[in-house]
This record gives sequence, C-alpha cells and structure tokens, in this order.
Amino acid sequence: MPHRYPHLKCLAVVPAYNEQASITHVIEAIHTHAPAFDVLVVDDGSTDLTRPRAEATGARILRLPYNLGIGGAVQAGFAFALEHGYDRMVQVDGDGQHDAHEIHRLMATMAEDGAPDVVCGSRFLTADHRYPAPVSRRTGIHIFAFILSRIMRQRVSDPTSGFRLYNARAIALFARDYPHDYPEVEAVLMVHHHRLRMVEVPVRMFLRNGGVSSIGSGKSAYYMVKVLLALFVGLARRRPVPEPGGAAPVAAEQGI
Amino acid sequence: MQTRMQVVAILAAVGLLLLVLELVRRRRLMERYALLWMFSATVILALAVWKDALDQLAQLMGIFSAPNALFFIAVGFILLLLLHFSAAMSRLSDQSKVLAQHQAILEQRVRELEGGGPPAAADAPRREQPERTYAHR
Repeated sequence: MPHRYPHLKCLAVVPAYNEQASITHVIEAIHTHAPAFDVLVVDDGSTDLTRPRAEATGARILRLPYNLGIGGAVQAGFAFALEHGYDRMVQVDGDGQHDAHEIHRLMATMAEDGAPDVVCGSRFLTADHRYPAPVSRRTGIHIFAFILSRIMRQRVSDPTSGFRLYNARAIALFARDYPHDYPEVEAVLMVHHHRLRMVEVPVRMFLRNGGVSSIGSGKSAYYMVKVLLALFVGLARRRPVPEPGGAAPVAAEQGI
Repeated sequence: MQTRMQVVAILAAVGLLLLVLELVRRRRLMERYALLWMFSATVILALAVWKDALDQLAQLMGIFSAPNALFFIAVGFILLLLLHFSAAMSRLSDQSKVLAQHQAILEQRVRELEGGGPPAAADAPRREQPERTYAHR
C-alpha cells in the first residue's frame, strides 16, 4: 500500500557508480513502494550503462563530471534537495541493498513524537540479525558502533548504514558539509555535534545485486583506520556548537 | 673545506631564490606559494653567509658540524613545504568537488528546462539495446 505525504516534498537520492545491473530495479522499486518520493539518481561518473538505464526510467539524473566517491555524490543530492526545497530526503543505494518497502517505516518514525532529524535504517536491530557480511566488516561496524554509542550516550547499532531519512534541518547541514570518502560514520558524529536527533529503526537489507562494493575486502583495514582517525579528529575539531533549539552551551548538571 | 661548503650553500640558495622570483615574474608561480619558498631560501642563505649564527644554532641543537645543521634546517623547510602542498591540495580537491556538484545540478536544471518540464528523460537517446537483466523480468 503506497503511502502519500500530502504536505511534504520528498526526494529519494540514489547514488550510483557502475550499477547497471541493479539501477533499473532500484528506481522502479522506489516508484512502486514510495511513489510520493521524487527520484534523483546521482551518477558518480559511471562508465557502464548506469546512466542510460536510469534515464530510461524517467528519473532525474545528476551527472557528476567525474567520480567524486560516495560522499561527494550523496552531498550533491543534499545540495539538490536544499536548492529545490525538499522537506525529506532518503538515501537509497544504487546497488539494491536497501529495500524501498522500508522507506515508509523511516517516514513513520520521523513523524513520531520527538521528531528526529535523521532516521537511520539499521541491519542489527531486527530479530534475525545475521546480516550476511564478512566477519572483518562486521567487526569494524561494531567497533564504530561501540565508540559512537559512548560518544552520543545513545545506542548506535549500525553507523555504516547509508539507508537514512533526513529532514530539512539535516539536509541543510549536510549540503553545507558532508564527509568525503566513507561518510556514514562521520556523519553520525556530525549529527551529534550539531545537536540534531537521530534514531534507528530495524530494516532488512539485501545482499548487493551486482556491481562491486565501494569497499573491497582489501580496503577494509584502510577504511577502519581512516574512519577512526576521522572520528577522533572530529571529536577534537568541533566544539559542540550551540544551535537554535539546542541545549544551552552551559547548563547545570541534571539530577543530583 | 668549510669555506667551499659555504660557497656551495650560498650559490644554491641564491639560485633557488632567483628561480622562484623568475617563476613569479612569468606568472608560473603564485605569490601565495612563492612566499614560503622565498622564506626558506632566505633563511638558508642567511645561515650560509653568517657562519657564526649557524655555529651557534648547531651548538644549540646539539649538532657537531655546522653544515649538518644547515642540512637539517633545509630538510625541515622541505617538510614544511610538502605539508603546505598537501593542505593546498586538500583545499583544491574540496573546491573541485563543490564545483562538480554545482555543475551537475545546473546541468540537470538546463536539461529539464530544455526538455520541457520534469522529468526530462522522455527524449533520452536510446544509446543501448535493452539488455536482458533480472530487472526486466
């Protein structure tokens, strides 16, 4: 049952780099299961048939002139969403990992009380949490999850998930500044530092339909080190900025 | 020996300084990047000419031979310059990223305007024979 959100302008951003095997399916799934969402494919300099296949579906396409990497591609989506005044933006990866069925669940969570700014689909909150990924990758994810949970004082189970829904405030923030290479983990930290609220909802994710992941197994170690560096430098970088609607910069300790 | 070493150092520093100035004159090197080079060359030149200062500096740093101290300082400047370039490169890649994003957004808008309203893919050229993939099932 497709859902409509009459008062909201919604955008689904599909970053794609050489995803000719899955791109059509991904776009059509969004059209089917989340028809309220305009689809924007960000073609990150693909050299295969990703672009013509995306064009054939009638989706909007941003053609990046050269490969920027996932961070730059998704940020282009944020910039587009900001420029066109979208209220909601969801990221759905072009490799078919993310299930367009679940977009409504993200939307429903965002509409709930507490009104989070970012809703993140987590692979590790479902009953069957045997996400089929190599052990090395899962270990890395859990290490990041542990560190971020300590920093944010809230449980973060899947900080590498790209399946996220953002509201206008988060869109404005990330259009301004979004991390480069492996952005998801650092983005969680930015959410925290800018005093936005993030919640996770359980989602199922598929194995990749085709193409090659941006993170090969050989790069896993590099990925770990790079993101850890970014996390700790990030901790030292931004003194939490007081933002409108945020907590007071100096406040008495709560509770006695 | 020491004097000859001194002459070589002076010649090298003067040569570097002149080369940098010439590049700036021909607009091959921006002043922004030339300044650090000229500063390095000037310091090395000064230390090569003014031997007492170099000797004292070497003693301060616990280096026995003055030429080694000169060498050490020169390496320090090189590291500084390299770091400076890494920073400049980071800024450039950031700028080119933003440029690419905005170019893509503008280009999409142009296509949409020319194609008569969103989404402008109706007239997309068929550049491929529709291939059979699982997606078409």
